[in-house]
Amino acid sequence: MTQTPHISVQHLNVHIGNQHILNDININIPDKKVTSIIGPSGCGKTTLLKSFNRLLDNTDGVKITGKVLVDGEDIYAPDAEVTHIRKKMGLLSQRPYPLPMSIYDNVAYGPRIHGIRKKQVLDELVEEQLKATGLWNEVKDRLNAPATRLSIGQQQRLCLARGLAVGPEIILGDESTSALDPVSTSIIEDLFISLKEKYSIVLVTHILRQARRVSDYIVFVYMGRIIEFGPTEEVLLSPKEELTKEYVKGFIS
Amino acid sequence: MRLLKDKILSKLMLVFTLASVSLLLVIGIGLYYHSIPLLQKSSWGELVTSSVWKPLKGLFGFYPFIMGTLWVTGIAIVIALPLCLFTALYIVEYAHARIKRILVPFVNLLSGIPPVIFGVWGVLFIIPLIQKYIAPHFVDYSTGYSVLAGGIVLAVMIFPLIVSIISEVLRTIPKELKDASLSLGATQWETIKNVALRKALPGIVTAVVLAISRAFGETIAVLMVCGNNAVVPNSVFDPGYPLPALIANNYGEMMSIPLYDSALMFAALLLFIIILLFNIISRVILTRLERKLIG
Repeated sequence: MTQTPHISVQHLNVHIGNQHILNDININIPDKKVTSIIGPSGCGKTTLLKSFNRLLDNTDGVKITGKVLVDGEDIYAPDAEVTHIRKKMGLLSQRPYPLPMSIYDNVAYGPRIHGIRKKQVLDELVEEQLKATGLWNEVKDRLNAPATRLSIGQQQRLCLARGLAVGPEIILGDESTSALDPVSTSIIEDLFISLKEKYSIVLVTHILRQARRVSDYIVFVYMGRIIEFGPTEEVLLSPKEELTKEYVKGFIS
Repeated sequence: MRLLKDKILSKLMLVFTLASVSLLLVIGIGLYYHSIPLLQKSSWGELVTSSVWKPLKGLFGFYPFIMGTLWVTGIAIVIALPLCLFTALYIVEYAHARIKRILVPFVNLLSGIPPVIFGVWGVLFIIPLIQKYIAPHFVDYSTGYSVLAGGIVLAVMIFPLIVSIISEVLRTIPKELKDASLSLGATQWETIKNVALRKALPGIVTAVVLAISRAFGETIAVLMVCGNNAVVPNSVFDPGYPLPALIANNYGEMMSIPLYDSALMFAALLLFIIILLFNIISRVILTRLERKLIG
């Protein structure tokens, strides 16, 4: 791969208060693949994910050094403009957080923010993204109902559609299935697999089975450091590092 | 035995609750009872719509007092709401932890200051300010003692209440919800406007309702600055005479005038009804709003 990857992290260090959360992180996230970040709770997986779209900015006492290059642009440079960086990435959080508005408005929210006003364009966008997330047939008759009336699984797919509607290149998933039932979980997992044709996907997960099923690459993070990074089968089945081996076997969690 | 205790306790609590709720009824009936002498002489409609206040001739028109109350309260809320909203937003969404630690006690301190001090402050600072610097731009002459002065003083007094309720409501909005909006490329202000304020709207309405209820009854500070002239105000620079001020100024003073005693009771009853009606209406609005937003 000679072309610059969408996300390239160089010597990233994150401190929050006195804690050194991420320690000298270097990684190139492969394009158009699913990359899972795995590791025990509190190891810094979510912090790493959130550093990609600068959602750490609003955390009290946070200090970030190093570079995160998104399409070659250092997003932590002093003159970096944060909204267009975030627009490149759709975020899917642990639990669905639909905005306090209708189903339609949830999907149209992002495009409207970025200046699309024409009803026809918005209509098409909403339909397209709801179809992409398999929600269209379930909600097409009640687009104006409040989003909170949907089931949790549907809400999570709505949140995904909302993220896709701003035309991102990257999808970030932060344990996106942890609040969902098995059926909804597998729907979301299948969506990730089908979406990697168009998007680069980074997931945080603590479910190894899910990491194995969905992802092409795996990053193993432990105590704020990247221990191992490689193709899924290699990392999970024949890990090079002792720590990874122990984690995969279930000795450390 | 323990179950019996539980049962008795719950019944006891019910009795206490009923007792405090029925107090409302008792007050209402009491006020009405004392207003009867006046009501026998003139009708409700007459008392509420007449502007003539000549107790010596037995003419009691409450319209100026009702309008005085509404003007002062209205001005107060118009001034206070935007200030409070931005203060609360700043404290919750923008301020750093250190600034927050300094700001919040200051806001709370305001609510601990006795009303009479606000009244004095109003007379010493607000009245001259209006008389010399504000009113001349708009009207020929104003003493400064006006519904505007009352509104400003009142606005400062309800400020801490509104700020603390709105900040509390804003704090309950999950960070992840705001992150969801931010991650779509919305700016912080867009996020606040479209997500946080929308979600907080029922809470903001509640804050305003509570503040207005308190403002209706505020007596001393308002009485000191709003002129106490029994005419209907035509502009914010006119004096007004709110109901609580009428009661406080005259109760126990001019009881030799026939029916005066009863008229003051009727003023109290009117205030009571205004606050009651206002609370009922806002409750209805709030329920509608919550249904519409949450579904």
